[in-house]
Amino acid sequence: MTRKQQRLGVLALGMAALGGATVLVLSAFNDNLVFFYSPSELKTKAMSADRRVRIGGLVEAQSLSRGVDGHGVAFRITDGANDVSVVYQGLLPDLFREGQGTVAEGNLRPDGVFAASSVLAKHDENYMPREVVDALKKSGHWQEGGAAPASMAQKK
Amino acid sequence: MINWLANPARFIRVSEKAVPWCGWTAAAVLALGLFWSLVLAPPDYQQGDTVRIMYVHVPAAWMALSVYLFVAVASAVALVWRHPLAEVAARSAAPVGAAFTFVCLATGSLWGRPMWGAWWVWDARLTSVLVLFFLYLGYIALVNAFDDPSRGGRAGAVLALVGVVNLPIIKFSVDWWNTLHQPASVMRIGGPRIAVSMLVPLVIMAAGFMLLFALLLMVRMRTALNERKAMALRLNAGAVAPRQPEPEPAVAAHTAIS
Amino acid sequence: MSDPGAFLAMGGYAGFVWPAYGIAFAALGGLAAYSWRRYRASVLELERLQQQRGRRR
Repeated sequence: MTRKQQRLGVLALGMAALGGATVLVLSAFNDNLVFFYSPSELKTKAMSADRRVRIGGLVEAQSLSRGVDGHGVAFRITDGANDVSVVYQGLLPDLFREGQGTVAEGNLRPDGVFAASSVLAKHDENYMPREVVDALKKSGHWQEGGAAPASMAQKK
Repeated sequence: MINWLANPARFIRVSEKAVPWCGWTAAAVLALGLFWSLVLAPPDYQQGDTVRIMYVHVPAAWMALSVYLFVAVASAVALVWRHPLAEVAARSAAPVGAAFTFVCLATGSLWGRPMWGAWWVWDARLTSVLVLFFLYLGYIALVNAFDDPSRGGRAGAVLALVGVVNLPIIKFSVDWWNTLHQPASVMRIGGPRIAVSMLVPLVIMAAGFMLLFALLLMVRMRTALNERKAMALRLNAGAVAPRQPEPEPAVAAHTAIS
Repeated sequence: MSDPGAFLAMGGYAGFVWPAYGIAFAALGGLAAYSWRRYRASVLELERLQQQRGRRR
């Protein structure tokens, strides 16, 4: 075995060990690496009212109402199977709309309503100009929300 | 090709011709890409004109990852085969990769504020790219921390190789965990989810960034070789009495190994 | 690009789009300029040292 092959062997072994260790660490911390829970996951986890969590999903169609308690908003976040009612006071991002992805941070009140202290919009991986959307709509190939439901589906 | 270019003298000859060619092509492609991104490309149906940030953000992200892979491969070659040029290549590429990573983070922040509603979130994608930026900075600091460049190079090479585990984490973070960042639009199974009128400027800008990297890499490697030669000359002039006919050992070692 | 004002306004997102391009240009252009200056300096320094050595022989 030459010095070169020896060094190559040490390198390969080191990289393999490092890769294995990383996989173990990542799978151990899997629960902390998710940015948000889906409404279904929220149901299965017993949440205390004072714990801050993020929930993500789609803003349910026709669920958005403005002017709740003065200038607040209320809407429902859904993942298709379950949904959670959310109340929020504050500015909504430009992309926030019904049928779009969203992530709300706050805590689950004892009455089952999620009180959000911040609301973020999540967009999908589709990019196209207005005219393409209009053409798709005209030909009937358009589903509202695009591919958002697929990308917002649970990853478990 | 790599083996053939690993001779420093040959590298200098080839890069002499390639630098001006690469420079002018990069300038032309980037000018075309900028015009296409800012003027010709249409606004997005949901994100409006902010989608134009994508044409710098996404190519910068691709370069951030590929340049890191380049640094890691060059480091492995330097560690195992002790090619003199591989270490110079890794060291010269790292600041360029750090600049691309910085551009990716900054433009992403400027895109996230109007669209998501936040400058920054600690989701898996954003955090892993920030780690990549710190890996670059750590590598640069480590490589320059030693007076003896070969010792610094070896320490840096080990760090660069350890950091490689971060690359698949960045790429697949959006698939493995739920994140605020959306999944891949271009490099995904099943083809791009992006209209052709937006894909074209994206690809042009990516080509421009690649040419810019090639240009900067060559210029910076030439600089490093010149500086090493100058250091050897200075050491030689200081240590050895005048009228010493044989060439300096450091320079000889540097040009003779191939 | 029929209306320069509308082009500069970027659909109301001028405050985000232009700084993004500005930062990219500053960071990459700055690194390119620095790398080139350092390259020129290294060439001149090497020439100076080689001349010095030639004179001493």
